[in-house]
This record gives sequence, C-alpha cells and structure tokens, in this order.
Amino acid sequence: MDPLALFTLQVLNALSLSALLFFIALGLTLIFGIMRVVNFAHGAVFMLGAYCGVAAQTATGSFAASLLAAPLAGAALGLAFERSALSRLYAREHSAFLLVTFGLALALTEAIRLIWGADARQTELPAVLAGIVFVMDEPFPVYRLLLIGAGGLCWLLCWLGLQRTRLGLLLRAASQNPTMTAALGNDVGRVRAMVFALACALAALGGALAAPLLSASLGLGSNVIIDAFVIVMIGGMGSFIGTVAGSLLVGFAQTFGNFYVPELALGMTYALMITVLVLRPGGLFGRPE
Amino acid sequence: MLSLSEITGGYAKAQVLEGVSLDAAAGAVTALIGRNGVGKTTLMRGVMGLLPRMQGRISLDGAALGGLPTHARARAGLGYVPEGRQIFPELTVMENLAVGQRQPSRLWPEARLFALLPNLRDRRANAGRALSGGEQQMLAIARALVTDPRVLLLDEPSQGLAPMVVQELARVLRQLADEGVAVLLVEQNLRLTEAVADRILIMARGRIVHDDTAPAFRAAEDELRHRWLSM
Ligand SMILES: Nc1ncnc2c1ncn2[C@@H]1O[C@H](COP(=O)(O)OP(=O)(O)OP(=O)(O)O)[C@@H](O)[C@H]1O
Ligand SMILES: [Mg+2]
Repeated sequence: MDPLALFTLQVLNALSLSALLFFIALGLTLIFGIMRVVNFAHGAVFMLGAYCGVAAQTATGSFAASLLAAPLAGAALGLAFERSALSRLYAREHSAFLLVTFGLALALTEAIRLIWGADARQTELPAVLAGIVFVMDEPFPVYRLLLIGAGGLCWLLCWLGLQRTRLGLLLRAASQNPTMTAALGNDVGRVRAMVFALACALAALGGALAAPLLSASLGLGSNVIIDAFVIVMIGGMGSFIGTVAGSLLVGFAQTFGNFYVPELALGMTYALMITVLVLRPGGLFGRPE
Repeated sequence: MLSLSEITGGYAKAQVLEGVSLDAAAGAVTALIGRNGVGKTTLMRGVMGLLPRMQGRISLDGAALGGLPTHARARAGLGYVPEGRQIFPELTVMENLAVGQRQPSRLWPEARLFALLPNLRDRRANAGRALSGGEQQMLAIARALVTDPRVLLLDEPSQGLAPMVVQELARVLRQLADEGVAVLLVEQNLRLTEAVADRILIMARGRIVHDDTAPAFRAAEDELRHRWLSM
C-alpha cells in the first residue's frame, strides 16, 4: 500500500479519535474552569450516553434518536446532580467534591450494570453511515468522517457559544472572578448548574457517537476519563483552545503510536503528557493561578 | 436611601464590625474614612452579602436586603466598586462592562460613558490585564455605573489614580449624586473626600465614631484627625 495513502488514513483515524475525545475533555475543562474541581464522574456520563444511545436506537430503530436521547439524558442527570449534591459543596473542601463525583461514577456504573447487564452492547449503523468511501484509492469508513465533522461542529458551536452568548460571557467571567460576577447581579449558582448540565450533555453525546465504533461496555467510562484528564492537563486546566490542542495531540499520539510502534502505544499518551508538563507545568495554554 | 443598622459580623475567626449604623442618602455623597484595618472594606463586603457571617438590618428605600444573596442585592440597585479593582483580567473592556448589563444601561449609554472616561474608549477591545492600574480603576467604576445603580459603593476608588484623574473622579461622583444616586465612598484620600462629600463618617474599632456634615468635619478637622485618623 502506498505509504502516503496509509499516512493519510492514519491522519483521518487520528482526527476521528480526537473528535470523540474532545466531546468529553471539553466538558471536563469547562467544569474545571468555573468550579475549580475535577468531575470524576465525567467518564461515567460518557458511558451512560453510549448505553442510552444504544437503548434509544434499539427502541426506535433510529440512529438519530440516539444522538438526541443521550445528550438529553446527560443534561438531565447533570442538572439533577449539580442542584441536589454539588451545589452544596462549593463552599467546602475540594476533597468533598471529588469524593461525591467519584461516588456518582461508581453509582452510575452499577446502575448501568443493573439495567443493561455486564455484556457489551452495540447496534447497527444505518446503511449510509456503515459504508466506506475511498480516500486516495483506499477504503475508509464513512462513519469516521462523520465523527470528524461532528467534532469540528462541536468545536465551532462551543467556541461561538463561549464568545457570543451571555451564558458564555458569564462562564468566562465566573471562571475568573465568581465574587464580582455575582456582585454585578448574576446568579453564579445558576451559571454553574447550566455549565455542568451542558458539559454532561456533551459527554453523553460523545458516548452515543462512540457507541457504534467502540460499543457500549462497562470499562468505557474509566478508559476514556483517563485520556480526558491527560488532554486537560496537556492543554492547561480550564482552557478552551488548550482542550482542542490536547485532544488533537492525544488523538494523534494514540493513533500513530498504535500503528507505527504498537509495543509503545500504551506509553505514548503518558510520555506526551510528561513531556508537555516538564516543559510547561501549567499545560500548553494554562494560565498561572 | 441605603440604611444600615447595628451591623455586626466579620470572618470565621474575627469579629470586625461591632454594631455599625449609618445612612447613605440619595442625592448625596457619604464618605466613610478611618485608619487601616478598622473594617471599612469588611462593611462594604457585608452590604454586598459577601461576608461569611453578619447580623443587623440593611435596607434600600425601606426594603430589607439582609436575607438576599449577592446577585439579588446588585439587582435591587447596589453597584459595587471593590477595593483593588477586581476587573476580569481575561475579558476585554467591553466584555467587562457587559457582565453587569442584563439590559443596556438607561443612564450610561456608551457615548456618555466614554465621554466621561475617554481612556476606556481607546482600550475597548483590550483585555483587562493589559490596562494600566488607573485604567483598570476606571473600568471598575464604569462597570458599576452601567448597571444603573441606585446606591454606588466605592472602596478606595482613587487608589493608583493620577491626581488629574482623581479630580475627574470627584467630578463624576458629584454628578452621580446630583442625579439622585446614593454614593457611599470609602477613602483614604482626604482631599478627594472633602472635595465631594456631603457627610463624612469616621469608623474606628468596628463602629461609626463620628457622623456629621462636611463643613462640620472641616471645622473640627485637626482634632478629629489626631484622634481617629493619625497612626
Ligand atoms: N478574609 C479575611 N479573613 C479574616 N480576617 C480578615 C479578612 N479580611 C480582613 N480581615 C481583617 O479584618 C479587619 C478589617 O479589615 P478591612 O479590610 O475591612 O479594613 P479596612 O478598613 O478596609 O482597611 P484598609 O484601609 O487597609 O483597606 C482587619 O483586622 C483584617 O485583618
Ligand atoms: Mg479596605
């Protein structure tokens, strides 16, 4: 096979993986930005999205329905969890927050096991998406191209949302100075709840998009949260552009690592993280606190 | 009119306010002065609902504010220019102004605001952190103005401003009061205070120890300074 074609396919593979990771890492970084804490449950929400997507598609026969059901379920769960538990903890120690989100991750995993059982679940993609296209005369799955498009669209919409909407402005303001944001008449608690719900919706949508590729299984959440942590550390906690860069770096490192040096593939992500953090301890786009 | 009565409170381990009562009348500049550390900033934070513990009555035109969260107090008409500016460093000047504007300002449309603070006009697209200290201070004031406050709380707004700009600030505060705003000004700068204040209050040991008109303050200034203000 033509090495250039091979390389191109790997680039596309890497981009599609980056896109999936972006969905979960972006929410993690937005939550960190405004709450200054890490949401350990974010991987479990991604996994819940995958299962909800599969269930919705099984029930309705429509893949589009899965892409609607998953973010709705994610947003509802995020909102309920933020209002009932997290909102009471901001004033306290961060460790309480971490424990509670860790507890949610465990509870969600067990709930999924109870509802859907321990076996991995997968559904068929609709015929148009299950097909292949030829890229430089080599076959490539259509669905991976769709993922790249979805990731790009998500990036664009979230960037516009952050820059152009009132919620985006308040999210940025509250990330920098929550006290003054409130003293200027804004309900910061409400902003936090909406950001948390949105971040969970994004993660769940990412899960639903990943389901046809990776299948919904109980290990999905813990696998993907580690990659998401690495991305957020590389990019710089709370930085939008850093998350984009981090997702691309991790997506490319894993894809090319797997392909060209499979023995070292597992270590690639960590080697990348350590290199970046040694050179720039705050991450690529991190700002000193 | 903003009215405080028997305010006590402070931080987890330190009681700072020991029963503060004062009125800041609409249409007047009420100045609050006092030595470092007597609790002026703590009082301002208390009025905004930013203290971990506080008791006493706070009312705005007769309506109690005491139980309200910070954002509701701001919406009720309190504008806050905090000590140390506290602008949003990563937001542009225009974005800093927009944070407090749920709707466009009635009293301070852009043209009027920038006529008042022309430096900000040239810096409108710059990030807050790129401004000079004086420009940041003006931004903090402008940010409170565009919320159309009925009461404006200012905590040492002249800090870091050049003398020319302090004069400008005095003019702005006077103008605001003349338009009916209740201005409560905490200051170390006695020249500014005497130039604009209708009443001058002195705080010591968590209480108001002197409360009189500006002319009365000037008449007894030497003694008051010696007793309550010098180190
Ligand atoms: N966050 C805090 N936690 C505990 N104590 C505090 C805190 N902030 C201030 N204090 C204490 O409360 C007292 C009053 O401080 P405050 O800042 O209100 O004084 P101030 O009159 O504004 O002084 P200055 O003129 O220097 O601004 C001081 O003894 C100070 O050490
Ligand atoms: Mg002070």
